[in-house]
Amino acid sequence: MPFDTIITALKGRFADLATSEFRDNRRVVVAPAQLFDVLKSLQEEHGFDLLFEMTAADYLKYPNAVDRFGVVYGLLNTVTGERVFVKTVLNEPDLTLPSAFSLWKGADWLEREIYDMYGILFDGHPDLRRILMPEAFAGHPLRKDYPLRGRGERHNFPVITRANS
Amino acid sequence: MALAIPDFMLAKLDPLANWVRANSLWPMPFATACCGIELMATGASKHDIARFGAEVMRFSPRQCDLMIVAGRVVMKMLPVLQRIWMQMPEPKWCISMGACASSGGVFDTYAVVQGVDRFIPVDMYVPGCPPRPEQLIQSILDLQDKIRASGTLQGTEFEQRIEHQGPLPNADVPADVVTAPGDYKKSRRVSLN
Repeated sequence: MPFDTIITALKGRFADLATSEFRDNRRVVVAPAQLFDVLKSLQEEHGFDLLFEMTAADYLKYPNAVDRFGVVYGLLNTVTGERVFVKTVLNEPDLTLPSAFSLWKGADWLEREIYDMYGILFDGHPDLRRILMPEAFAGHPLRKDYPLRGRGERHNFPVITRANS
Repeated sequence: MALAIPDFMLAKLDPLANWVRANSLWPMPFATACCGIELMATGASKHDIARFGAEVMRFSPRQCDLMIVAGRVVMKMLPVLQRIWMQMPEPKWCISMGACASSGGVFDTYAVVQGVDRFIPVDMYVPGCPPRPEQLIQSILDLQDKIRASGTLQGTEFEQRIEHQGPLPNADVPADVVTAPGDYKKSRRVSLN
């Protein structure tokens, strides 16, 4: 199915939908409120059966940025090989998105990673806890206001000497 | 013609123990990154640390007396490293292999420990990113020299080193350094003020 057909169908259903295209890189930018319906429509009606990537970005102090966080979904139609990127933006204090776990099971660990690194919550995720950092870790280290060298947690261990080993 | 072997010999036990220990080091390969590839090359046929008696890589710390920390150690891995070190029987030694294990290397970030010698005792440091197998072999030879020179049967040389000999944790942790993309003036490694 050509991309224009998908865009026309999506724009017929959802009002303010921004799209752009560069070579074979096709992007759809939606509001968080419409995100789940757009993803569901892409999966059920347009055959995007694989969520191959899901990531986020923090635009704090980014030149000319308006919104704080961006979350990007990379979808693949494994029959035709088409790809589409769905992007949404988030601002504090409401950092909650609907979970895509009910559409693609592969969203499980991807959403846990985004929660761990950025503190974005996913409503409806079955087990939203940290995946990379230790359970006791405080903060979300890929946020731009987290200090690069941390808050001393990398030095917060007991010292083992020759006497006590 | 028979060899002229004396009926008995007199020797001190310390050099005998040192001779035995230095020539049969059993490494515990704590390989977490690309230094581990060089560690494997060191054990393989071309470089072959069996020539120096250290080829018996054991993957249980209870059978080892030489820990080779090869690669960066992150804050989630350091308790594991310490636990494995505590499980190794005495006498035991530690080689910090490569820039990351010795100092954190280029990974000056929130998660990477800036040198394992802050938290466990280290006997030998190997520079390089990653070091050549020859460098690791040289460190094993140097460690053998150290064992021969200072080792004792009862391990009393370890009792003399009761103080923590490594560097201390950084006192200054920058809390408010936020760097915008492309702002290379602020994204420096060492605080200038």
